[in-house]
Amino acid sequence: MAEITLTHLLFLSTALFFIGAFGFLTRRNMITMLMSVELMLNSVNINFIAFNKYLFADRLDGVFFTLFLIAIAAAEAAVAIAIIINIYRNYQSIDIDDADSMKF
Amino acid sequence: MISGSTIALIPLLPLASFLLLGLFGRKYLSSAAGWIGTLSLLASSLISLATAYNYFFVSGKVNGAYQQITLLKHTWLAFTPGVSIDMGLLLDPVSMMMIVIVTFVSLMVHIYSLGYMKGEERFATYYAFLSLFTFSMLGLVLSINIFQIYIFWELVGVSSFLLIGYYFDRPSAVAASKKAFIVTRFADLGFLIGILILAFGAHTLDFKILIERLTTSSPELRGMIGSSFLGLSALTWGLLLVFAGGAGKSAMFPLHIWLPDAMEGPTPVSALIHAATMVVAGVYLVARLFPIFAISCPGALHVVAYVGVFSSLFAAVIACTQTDIKRVLAYSTMSQIGYMMFALGVSGYGGEHGLGFSASMFHLFTHAMFKALLFLGAGAVIHYTHSNEMQDMGGLRKYMPVTHLTFLVACLAIAGVPPFSGFFSKEEILSAAYQNNFPIYVIALFTAGLTAFYMFRLYFNIFWNKEFHSHHDSSDGHHGEAPWTMKLPLLILGVLAFGAGFVPFGNFVSSDGAALPAEFHLALAIPPVLLGLFGIALAYTMYKTENDLPNKTAALFHRLYQGAYHKFYIDEVYLFITQKIIFNLIGRPSAWVDKNIVDGAVNLSANLTEDTSGLIRGWQSGKMQQYALWFFAGVMGIVAVFICMWH
Repeated sequence: MAEITLTHLLFLSTALFFIGAFGFLTRRNMITMLMSVELMLNSVNINFIAFNKYLFADRLDGVFFTLFLIAIAAAEAAVAIAIIINIYRNYQSIDIDDADSMKF
Repeated sequence: MISGSTIALIPLLPLASFLLLGLFGRKYLSSAAGWIGTLSLLASSLISLATAYNYFFVSGKVNGAYQQITLLKHTWLAFTPGVSIDMGLLLDPVSMMMIVIVTFVSLMVHIYSLGYMKGEERFATYYAFLSLFTFSMLGLVLSINIFQIYIFWELVGVSSFLLIGYYFDRPSAVAASKKAFIVTRFADLGFLIGILILAFGAHTLDFKILIERLTTSSPELRGMIGSSFLGLSALTWGLLLVFAGGAGKSAMFPLHIWLPDAMEGPTPVSALIHAATMVVAGVYLVARLFPIFAISCPGALHVVAYVGVFSSLFAAVIACTQTDIKRVLAYSTMSQIGYMMFALGVSGYGGEHGLGFSASMFHLFTHAMFKALLFLGAGAVIHYTHSNEMQDMGGLRKYMPVTHLTFLVACLAIAGVPPFSGFFSKEEILSAAYQNNFPIYVIALFTAGLTAFYMFRLYFNIFWNKEFHSHHDSSDGHHGEAPWTMKLPLLILGVLAFGAGFVPFGNFVSSDGAALPAEFHLALAIPPVLLGLFGIALAYTMYKTENDLPNKTAALFHRLYQGAYHKFYIDEVYLFITQKIIFNLIGRPSAWVDKNIVDGAVNLSANLTEDTSGLIRGWQSGKMQQYALWFFAGVMGIVAVFICMWH
């Protein structure tokens, strides 16, 4: 069994990122879109940890950034869910295509 | 001693009453408005009488000549150290005389209006406008600065406009007020340019310095005479343009067309503004700048004289044919102002030569009294008969004894019958004309005869001629001659119209301030009196009883009569010039340019913007995921650019 290299981890994070981006652009359900955003954030976390471990093993910067990002992701989820609840109250729907009154 | 703050009260009291009545009159003071206006005017006329007494008999004279006193001078707008617009009070014999006339006639009109305008819906507004007018007119005559006079000049124009259009629900009154405003504004354009020329040449706006610089040999005067435009010197242009402003306000030919139409206003307003005070503002203006006219620019003074005498004759001929009694009086006003103008025009400066100046001011004084009386009398007649037309009147002497008597006094005064006031002032004017310019004297003499004729035509038509037939079912239920508020001013003015001529006027008002004792020339007094009596006799035979002499005479002078009846078609000429020539040749092409080119450019830019936005506004679809896609695409694009740049 071969060793897990940096390339493997970068491949994982890139795949996660584009899965998240694809989900964000194609899903109509706002909760699912929020989950896609979380996927993209976590791919970034993996990037940080991977670079930290393989390139600068004696430093902790990447780990700290990851901790920050987890906190930010939590806050973002709270705000996003609040927005989604408000949209639901106004439109009786959480379909992103129904909330399109902000246009020309 | 004369105190500035007391004199400042004279114009400020009417201003206060205007503000009070204008702001609160209609809601809270509608019943007391008349008395508030009248009492403030009473106070202001008492102060001006006391000031005039003080000036003329106690403190005004130094070394035998009345001095010009400047009070409360306050620099308002300074352009350069020499040229500034100052506000202040100027006291000299002419302005003293004017404030007495203005406050006095205004007071009479205020009292008269208590009866005449009673029950009007906008009673308080009417008094507010009257106060505004009085304030502006007083400010005008007390101005120390040519720009100050211009400011008040326009204020006077505005209040005249407001009062002519007082009955704003009548289309004719609205048209008349617009006409008056536009014609006088047009003339004021000349006035403004004249002010600018004089100020540019003399480097000052102050009357005192202006007159000083332009009457003595100074570099400014030489500069203004030296520079010429179209064959006339800058000084002549300045003075002529200033005179054009005066001619517009004073209804001199050819800018007189607004005055007869201005009779659409309430009759007391006509008495105050369009007979006794505002229309003499032009005369006052020429008198104010008189030393410059007389000493430095006799050419401009000749223009004043000929315009004056022509207007005088022209208006007198028209007055003989009009049937609306107020219009007859309007043309007679124009004719009498023509008298004042040419009296100034034939006058010289200082001493004996200044006879015309004194005579002009004297006539201004007596005219204010008898013309205000005539208008107020006509107002009483209109009040009684509810008509302006002569054919609805006749035989009123039995029904309106007070009006009849006072009207007769005023007619005798304006006809120049001794010893009524008009006789003295006319005699002085005619002797001034006789000494200086014989053709003008002859025309003026003829006009004097015409004046007597048309005034007595008016008189006989109103009070004699036929029996009065009331339009109402029975005259028993009629409201009687007039309330006492209307009779009282008639009686006071009647006494003054009779007695004002006995004032030794030359002692008080003369071109240079020194007393000019009146000389009485018996030989010169006889022709105008005889002509006047002849005119009266002619009017007597034609109009005393109903007969067909007037029609026969009209048929005899058919063309002249038709011409005069239609006011010599001056209105039509103006209409032709404005509607056919100016509208077609200037108005319509400019309208085309405005509509198609100016508006076109604006519309083009608007259309371009709209089309572009129509193309791109689909981008803002409201779909969140579309935005996200664009955002990703953008980021990808930027990343691609960076990668390319690093390789």
